[in-house]
Amino acid sequence: MVGEIRIENVYKSFKNSDPAKEDLVALNGFSLDIKAGSFVSLIGPSGCGKSTLLRIIGGLDKATEGKIFVDDKEIKKPGSDRGFAFQGSNLFPWLTVEKNIAFGLKARHIYKDHKKDVEEYIKLVGLTGFEKSYPHQLSGGMQQRASLARALVGHPNVLLLDEPLGALDAFTRMNLQDEILNIWKEHDMTMVMVTHDVDEAIYMSDYVVVMSARPSKVEAIMKIDLPRPRARAQDTFQEYRTKILKVLDLGGKVEDIEYYL
Amino acid sequence: MKSKGLAVLKLFLPYLAIAVSLLVYFLVPGNGKQKQTDHPYYVYFLLILGVGFLVFALVGIFNSNIRKTAFEKAPFFTGVIIFLLFLNFITTKTLLLPTLYFPSLDRIIGLIVENKWFLLKNVLDSFGLLGKGFLWGVSVGFLTGLALGYSKHVGYWLTPVTKVIGPIPTTAWIPLALSTFPTTQSANVFLIAFAVWFPVTLMTSSGIQSIPNVNFEVSKTLGASTFYQIVHVAIPAAMPSIFLGIFYGTVSSFATLMAVEMNGNSSGIGWYINWQKSVMMYDGVYAGLIIIAAICSLTLTILFKVRDKVLVWQKGVIKW
Repeated sequence: MVGEIRIENVYKSFKNSDPAKEDLVALNGFSLDIKAGSFVSLIGPSGCGKSTLLRIIGGLDKATEGKIFVDDKEIKKPGSDRGFAFQGSNLFPWLTVEKNIAFGLKARHIYKDHKKDVEEYIKLVGLTGFEKSYPHQLSGGMQQRASLARALVGHPNVLLLDEPLGALDAFTRMNLQDEILNIWKEHDMTMVMVTHDVDEAIYMSDYVVVMSARPSKVEAIMKIDLPRPRARAQDTFQEYRTKILKVLDLGGKVEDIEYYL
Repeated sequence: MKSKGLAVLKLFLPYLAIAVSLLVYFLVPGNGKQKQTDHPYYVYFLLILGVGFLVFALVGIFNSNIRKTAFEKAPFFTGVIIFLLFLNFITTKTLLLPTLYFPSLDRIIGLIVENKWFLLKNVLDSFGLLGKGFLWGVSVGFLTGLALGYSKHVGYWLTPVTKVIGPIPTTAWIPLALSTFPTTQSANVFLIAFAVWFPVTLMTSSGIQSIPNVNFEVSKTLGASTFYQIVHVAIPAAMPSIFLGIFYGTVSSFATLMAVEMNGNSSGIGWYINWQKSVMMYDGVYAGLIIIAAICSLTLTILFKVRDKVLVWQKGVIKW
């Protein structure tokens, strides 16, 4: 199994644009081990640094201090061992679906030997027949599928998902959740997903990492001990949900609101 | 049935207009001030228009696209013929306008026909000058724009310089260019290139700077090198903006072309207009204007055809 991630004491601060003011601390000594082949969700309040953490794993940002290893290799910059699915599809609008998916292979000059992979992934995400379409001709869900295929076609060991389904409607979203899980099962990879959606996190993950507000650290790691495939409407779901909301300190607010009514 | 009959009637409108034009041409007495031409060129022109439209409509019987265009354009076409009739009526049948400055259509069309080779030579000279200046302007403008947009250091030092030099109207450079460059021709090429350079530079660099950063992040995570990113992300993403720059540049290059040709050149269509004006031959001035309109419009049409090919992925920004 490959795709093990070790996050060691990562500290990340952003320089304030006003040099007189203090730096903004996003991550304050964050440590986490992610087992190879697992599906982990990062959840937490807005601005808690979960996206920052994901970007550091992806090599897009540098940790101010601390180290991250993927399969015992220290992360310094983006690499083909890690795929990254961004918020929104972010397909290149000037390329067709096919060329968008082939972009990484071409950039790495390995397209000739992997032409088959492009076809395979187009099929896998159900976009056969849309190879020559431009992104603006596709629906939001289809764009997101193409974007997933683009991140996956280079066979990364780790797929990092930054709220990939945030912009989609509920039905498309559920569909794509299942498709991502299928890909995850079939391709033996580690997936780390940042999400705002507690239900999504419970439905998809082996572990849900609940992060606290800035400067953030791990508040709780919750193992979701439910058999797969999971049913969305089950009672145990509610228990996990209550637990997570409590950790996030949102569980008790319902009564407060009643008081005002 | 009735509406279909009416639609077919539309196709006869241009012929009705031509018939009226001919009646006016031959039956209404002239003002006697216009110089007579050897041939009734305006009549020939009307007949050619009529035959052309007929051929178009006949092809339309077999081709539905052309048929649609024929129906759609028939009223407009009629309008053009009526406008010409109006012009001809005022200039040859009345004394409303001084005939010296407003020659008859016979004379303008006749001048184009009789001097076609000389005019063609001047058109080619203009095109040569425009083409050279355009190519220099676009290529240098593109490269400067790329450097300004992509590199923060180049941008820091050169953006202010561009902002000061760029907006100076090209014509203001004429004295300097004429004294700096070895030949008038090279000075003119420089001036036209300059007119194209600034908008292309500006639109290229601002196009690149306004690319959402996530495009570069995506390409980085997919393993693209910096060079690959410039060629395959920065340039295509900025292409719509670059094309706008080329469009603005082309339009301003026309103005510059006229200015430099009227200044010390001894060929080209701008020079021809100036020369005709100085000898009080206003039919030549109008002929020149018509030719320039045709050249500029043709150039822009070609430009937009290229854009439609390159930017198929983009939904229209400017309609042409």
